[in-house]
Amino acid sequence: MRSFAYVRAGSVEEATDAYASHPGARYLGGGTNLVDLMKLGVETPAALVDVSRLPLDTVEELPDGALRAGAMVRNSDLAAHPAVRDRYPALSQALLAGASGQLRNAATTGGNLLQRTRCPYFQDVSKPCNKREPGTGCGALEGLHRDHAVLGHSDQCIATHPSDMAVALAALDARVELHGPEGGRSVPAADFHRLPGMHPERDTEIHPGELITGVLLPAATAGLPSAYRKARDRASYAFALASVAVVLHLSDGVVERAGIAFGALAHRPWRARRAEDALVGAAPTTAAFEHAVDLELAAAEPLRDNAYKVPLARRLALDVLGRLAPPATT
Amino acid sequence: MTATDAVLGAPVERREGREKVTGTARYAAEFDAPGRAQAWPVPATVARGRVTGVDSAPALALPGVLAVLTHENASRLGEPDDPTLAVLQGPHVPHRGWFVGLVVAETLEAARAGAAAVRVTYETEPHDVTLTASHPGAYVPESANGGFAAVTKHGDPDGALASSATRVDVAYSVPPLHNHPMEPHTSTAHWDGDRLTVHSSSQGTTAVQKELARMFGLPEDRITVRAEHVGGGFGSKGTPRPEVVLAAMAARETGRRVTVALPRRYLPAVVGHRAPTLHRLRLGADTDGRLTSLVHEVTTHTSRVKEFVEQAAVPARVMYGTPALRTAHRVAALDVPTPSWMRAPGECPGMYALESAMDELAAELGVDPVELRIRNEPETEPDSGKPFSSRHLVECLREGARRFGWEDRDPRPRSRTDGPLLIGSGVASATYPVLVSPCVAAARALPDGGFLVRVNATDIGTGARTVLAQVAADALGAPLDRVRIEVADSGIGFAPMAGGSSGTASWGSAVHEACARLAGRLAEHSGPLPDEGITAEADTSGTADAESPYARHAFGAHFAEVTVDTVSGEVRVRRLLGVFAAGRILNARTARSQFIGGLTMGLGMALTEDSTMDPVFGDFVERDLASYHVPAHADVANLEAHWVDEQDAHLNPMGSKGIGEIGIVGSAAAVGNAVHHATGIRFRELPLTPDRVLTALLEHEHPAGMLGV
Repeated sequence: MRSFAYVRAGSVEEATDAYASHPGARYLGGGTNLVDLMKLGVETPAALVDVSRLPLDTVEELPDGALRAGAMVRNSDLAAHPAVRDRYPALSQALLAGASGQLRNAATTGGNLLQRTRCPYFQDVSKPCNKREPGTGCGALEGLHRDHAVLGHSDQCIATHPSDMAVALAALDARVELHGPEGGRSVPAADFHRLPGMHPERDTEIHPGELITGVLLPAATAGLPSAYRKARDRASYAFALASVAVVLHLSDGVVERAGIAFGALAHRPWRARRAEDALVGAAPTTAAFEHAVDLELAAAEPLRDNAYKVPLARRLALDVLGRLAPPATT
Repeated sequence: MTATDAVLGAPVERREGREKVTGTARYAAEFDAPGRAQAWPVPATVARGRVTGVDSAPALALPGVLAVLTHENASRLGEPDDPTLAVLQGPHVPHRGWFVGLVVAETLEAARAGAAAVRVTYETEPHDVTLTASHPGAYVPESANGGFAAVTKHGDPDGALASSATRVDVAYSVPPLHNHPMEPHTSTAHWDGDRLTVHSSSQGTTAVQKELARMFGLPEDRITVRAEHVGGGFGSKGTPRPEVVLAAMAARETGRRVTVALPRRYLPAVVGHRAPTLHRLRLGADTDGRLTSLVHEVTTHTSRVKEFVEQAAVPARVMYGTPALRTAHRVAALDVPTPSWMRAPGECPGMYALESAMDELAAELGVDPVELRIRNEPETEPDSGKPFSSRHLVECLREGARRFGWEDRDPRPRSRTDGPLLIGSGVASATYPVLVSPCVAAARALPDGGFLVRVNATDIGTGARTVLAQVAADALGAPLDRVRIEVADSGIGFAPMAGGSSGTASWGSAVHEACARLAGRLAEHSGPLPDEGITAEADTSGTADAESPYARHAFGAHFAEVTVDTVSGEVRVRRLLGVFAAGRILNARTARSQFIGGLTMGLGMALTEDSTMDPVFGDFVERDLASYHVPAHADVANLEAHWVDEQDAHLNPMGSKGIGEIGIVGSAAAVGNAVHHATGIRFRELPLTPDRVLTALLEHEHPAGMLGV
């Protein structure tokens, strides 16, 4: 049996200390992904630092109108929280579009961000994978990659990030709050995950030993119209073929603020800055939406078997933009 | 109504239901005992070649590891009937995932870690795992699964096609599919001297007993195989699978009780799968919509271990009247896992293709697709010329159309929308043969007024033990609650598997005969019964399997209503309704579950279930239930199963036909035809996932190749 140490942390400091004193440690949240990967031999941690009982399990309303979701808030609870449902509907919808009811009950906010790709080559230790074992190659390039990336991929890795939640967080300008040996910091959710480049083994910008303590949903996007839409092979318990989260704020008949992020197109939630820039200041017409989305997706480089993702993402985005804009304006 | 009329057909609750929902029903992995060891197989990581070396030392060095079995140290076994069971008998690797070792350990975790630590080196050979319709290795086999002739021909199909007023010439493709029963294949084995006892997740213990006797060189009566509760199989547990051989082998090597519970991810490579089928359908019809010619040609794959040919062109020999008919199978032996039975082998993919083509023909002719099928109802079985023992396809179509509201349907494609959704409906016929095998059973009347019926049936979740008790109560004229039934033990006597929709007919015929005989003896008996009771036995060899002068098949009709989302290409089934004519329905509750289960599995085949053979690595890529998409609850909206009363005196004492498989048969074509009705687009490759559907919708909207704009 592969043995590993198990430490249950009572505080954030205890957790980061335990991580530091156990080389090869991993933080354990809901375990819905990490434990599976351990069974597959993909993850072989020397120690598990169980952070699931840390007092980071509440959703807190801040004086400035922002909302802080603790890293240990379960996906089901975050989705159902009245403030999330009211002010950040895209986040609630994204959470409910993910996984299954049972998994959402167990999965944590922090763990959701840190889940690994479901690329079948990454999950199979008998096959090459640069993300799992740098330098071994990419099995998906010539193999099966219908579900893989069309944006921002490299010849090292074409995997996508599987989270729905993270896509909504990116569009909502959320920030990921971290605590590590050097203290606390926060990173924009849209920049938290990385593109693969030459180092696909690194999924995120997190530093070694850092722990996600929470997610900050800013006042700036609170209450703005937002929505999430996901296309998938079956009606539940399936990862996205493509998805989109949109925040759209209109003022005086023009777009004042737009946040658009695509899921399942890239190694990270793909914040569509070009589309957003094109929309801000424009009238919310179908033509403007099409122009903006096409600007963004012009960068797509589909693989042999996933060209469908580009029109799929386009149509999902146009559908959501159209629904968020008042009918009279489109 | 007499008491016996009430018991046969009644919606009796399954007898083991409480045990199952309270978790006390024991499955093969749960027969624990002190000292029980667990074993984990080592799958080959090359697509073709041979093992050149095994280093077991790293595994043996791990705590808890008891033994590592490989072809180098495993004992040589007798030659099995099924060559896929010849595990650890040589260095040859016929496909990726073939077991090349087994690690036995104190715990499951230790066995898993041990399996990961075994170092195997290979000499690889070039592999070929890709099936194409023009594969140069494809050949016409001697026969297809079920012993059917590979090729049949009546009349002049090509000439008749050439002169037909209307023709359809189309190709369909069904991907490999996986059974994935809830309980992965599992066996627990222990030896007591030269006696072997096995708890196995099998659909039939007799076949397991016989194969183990052959391989381990033992008389059959020294082997006991039990399968009291089995968590599904869908054909993949119909005959022994490698895990039972490994468990018996490991138990003998280690002197322990050993459990081999296959990991879910290993199933696709070693327990069989529905082989991919490539179909070419050619239909000719006259101006009245009567078939003039029907040609169904199928190309499929098998492994290099053994030949299994999915008999997908066989239902065309049964369904429709036509003066010219050709059906043909070709198979290519590739470096792939060995295919096997999966729910309605042959009928399921074959009827998807035939019934899709019938829909295309209906559209070409401008004839309602229900009416087209009725018009082509044959007088006798087209291939054999035999009269049907009963055939109520037309009644199923009419009853289904009535219940579904078919007559309100606007036949024009793309005629119904709901916002961004296109809505359509479709119909397909279904058929499944009546199969039956010999079986023994015993019935004993006890002094306390109770009855004990013993038959080596297997209840894989179907309700078999419940239905057999009903059959017994009916034949005995006794209240159902006085009948106790024992099943799933090879010691009871030989019995066929729970498969081919033949279990109830086969076991039930023996139970009925034993019970009727016992009732006769009881009628002649006076005074109290002796302490040991009175027993009657039955052996239906030679009678149950006697050649029938009739063509015997169940029939059905499926109706589907779908929505197609024009934004995403997502297809959802709003309604799926089946009406079946399957003889006498013996338990309305468990029968309904069987039909609904079949409809659900067919829905998955139509929309979600996809398996891909990786051309580079030579294995199925989707090997867990997160990536192999069986329908989730959210996919299954409104399913209805109904049946028509069908009296048939040419079947068995119960008057029943099998119901386990026909529910899947027409589902995929009905859904596919509904998608055509919704979109005006023909999809000829399953499943209908958003990538395929959206791509076709875009091509339909922008025929000038503006995909992506």
